[in-house]
Amino acid sequence: MSQGPVAVAPAASAPARINAAPGFIRGALILVAVAFLGIFLLAPAFAVFAEAFSRGFAAYVAAISDAETRSAIGLTLLAAGIAVPLNMVLGLAAAWAIARFEFRGKSLLVTLLDLPFAVSPVIAGMVFVLLFGAQGLLGSFLSDRGIQIIFTPIAIVLTTSFVTFPFVARELIPFMEALGGEQEEAAVMLGASFWQTFFRVTLPNVKWGLLYGVILCNARAMGEFGAVSVVSGHIRGATNTLPLHVEILYNEYNFAAAFAVASLLLLLALLTLVAKRAVEWRVARQLAAGERAEAGEE
Amino acid sequence: MSMQIQVRGVTKSYGAFHAVDNVTLDIRSGELLALLGPSGSGKTTLLRIIAGLEQPDRGQVLYGDEVMTNRAVRERNVGFVFQHYALFNHLTVFENIAFGLRVRKVKEAELRERVQRLLHLIRLEHLAQRLPSQLSGGQRQRVALARALAPEPRMLLLDEPFAALDTKVRQELRDWIRRLHDELKVTSIFVTHDQSEAFEIADRVVVTNVGRVEQVGTPEEIFERPANAFVLDFLGRVNVLHGQAEAGKVRLGRLEVPYPEYAKQTALPATGYVRHFELDVDKAPGLPGGVEARIVRITRVGFSSRLELLISGDEAVLHAEIDPGRFAALHLNVGDTVFVAPRKAHVFLKDPGDSPAAGTH
Repeated sequence: MSQGPVAVAPAASAPARINAAPGFIRGALILVAVAFLGIFLLAPAFAVFAEAFSRGFAAYVAAISDAETRSAIGLTLLAAGIAVPLNMVLGLAAAWAIARFEFRGKSLLVTLLDLPFAVSPVIAGMVFVLLFGAQGLLGSFLSDRGIQIIFTPIAIVLTTSFVTFPFVARELIPFMEALGGEQEEAAVMLGASFWQTFFRVTLPNVKWGLLYGVILCNARAMGEFGAVSVVSGHIRGATNTLPLHVEILYNEYNFAAAFAVASLLLLLALLTLVAKRAVEWRVARQLAAGERAEAGEE
Repeated sequence: MSMQIQVRGVTKSYGAFHAVDNVTLDIRSGELLALLGPSGSGKTTLLRIIAGLEQPDRGQVLYGDEVMTNRAVRERNVGFVFQHYALFNHLTVFENIAFGLRVRKVKEAELRERVQRLLHLIRLEHLAQRLPSQLSGGQRQRVALARALAPEPRMLLLDEPFAALDTKVRQELRDWIRRLHDELKVTSIFVTHDQSEAFEIADRVVVTNVGRVEQVGTPEEIFERPANAFVLDFLGRVNVLHGQAEAGKVRLGRLEVPYPEYAKQTALPATGYVRHFELDVDKAPGLPGGVEARIVRITRVGFSSRLELLISGDEAVLHAEIDPGRFAALHLNVGDTVFVAPRKAHVFLKDPGDSPAAGTH
């Protein structure tokens, strides 16, 4: 009940403190921030587009509609198209298990969840080579059966799924914990089945957290370079994703084409930022409403 | 639709902690029962076991004559009201109440009619399209109650239903729940740590402590004949005095009360409980068994006055509560010498051999 005023107080006093700083300090801080933003973010972004269009619009269109580029786009979409839904389901399951149940090894699971983030992407790729490669643990088993995984799109999908696994679960766990189990218990007491509870109570309550995780997961799935580079084999038109294709074009001194393809990834990044911002805005509103609900005013 | 509930030898432990320890209890059909106890006394766990939200380690719960142990929660048709409401944040008041009907696939026309009737019952028709976050605490609790009642449950279980509300709203909801229960006659159990809440609205009260049932009875029975020291202590506003029982009497410091239950000559340690309002105070001597005391403090407790008294001679501190009329008639001031005598004392003997014998004078 007393939460309301306490939560409001810091927010209300924050602007006053900033205003207390002398004008020139404020100006200097803003200048530093803007300069940094310009040099490290806007200038490179501008350079990408400038270089992409350096040989004219026709060359740009030709570069991104080239057969190998289209194949790379296709593989990137395929990898993201499998990794994202897969990690959405696994992430939901992991977040549910962690937020709702007490079990042995729970803290170990929470720690392991971050493994794909903690380990360098190159190592992540090498792990799969060690497992499935010709000299790998399962290598002879697989080659005896005529199955090849490394240097095929399967490896790309597997590695992408691995490096993007934590996003959804990480975003969802705080949401699920904030929601608590009571609403679900209430639903079950009212006669709802497991799936009715999930779709009518749990999912609507965590949907923005889930979407946020999915957006981040998708951005990483499409942009991943290091891990997929190790397992890809760089077979043109077969195992190249967009980021790998950019590298190949760049190494061939085909700068205009490299930057044309890079501009696609940049557009994706901008789109992600807009979507992320929109979702964050919704989430903030929802959390504020939840806090109001908890404060139980009156 | 009302239902008798039986709890038989139910035990539930969390590690070394016995939340519910071999509890057997009969809940009569159509009664309003309060589970009263301090926090950590296992009352909420017991309620959740009855609901099926927790599984007992041992023992059984029966609805009517039906053993419920292996019956899924969703099939039990029990209304449950959570302490923090647990309303569905993303659904309107209307949809919250309709939830139990929607999952049962009740026809739209019947659903609307039933929800409308419940909205009328909780007097919130005008807020049907609001979200829970737009309601006050008392309104939310009423919505939670209507939601629990919508599927016409065979019993209603309420976990500390008023704990999160402020005093005035709490009092209103209390009266309202009692009237509602008289109207619907659905077997109801509510958990509370507030004795006045339990005594005011329950037909019967179960006093619990560290996982065990200390006493079951009507508010009057528990008040008039507390089963043991814990119940007396928990009911509060009582003077605890230590002394000895001997030859049909109990000596508690300088106070002496008759105790015919123990006629033997060997002295036994005893504890006497004298409630604040069962201690008579008079300015003139003449109270039977009265001793002299000095008033050290006078405080107002609601409408009555509480005196802090120092017994002359042994410096024991006693409290007495007297009603406004008597207080005015006596013209009492701090420092005055008065005479006090217990009108009634609950005595418990500490006998190493026997279980504590209870007696009342």
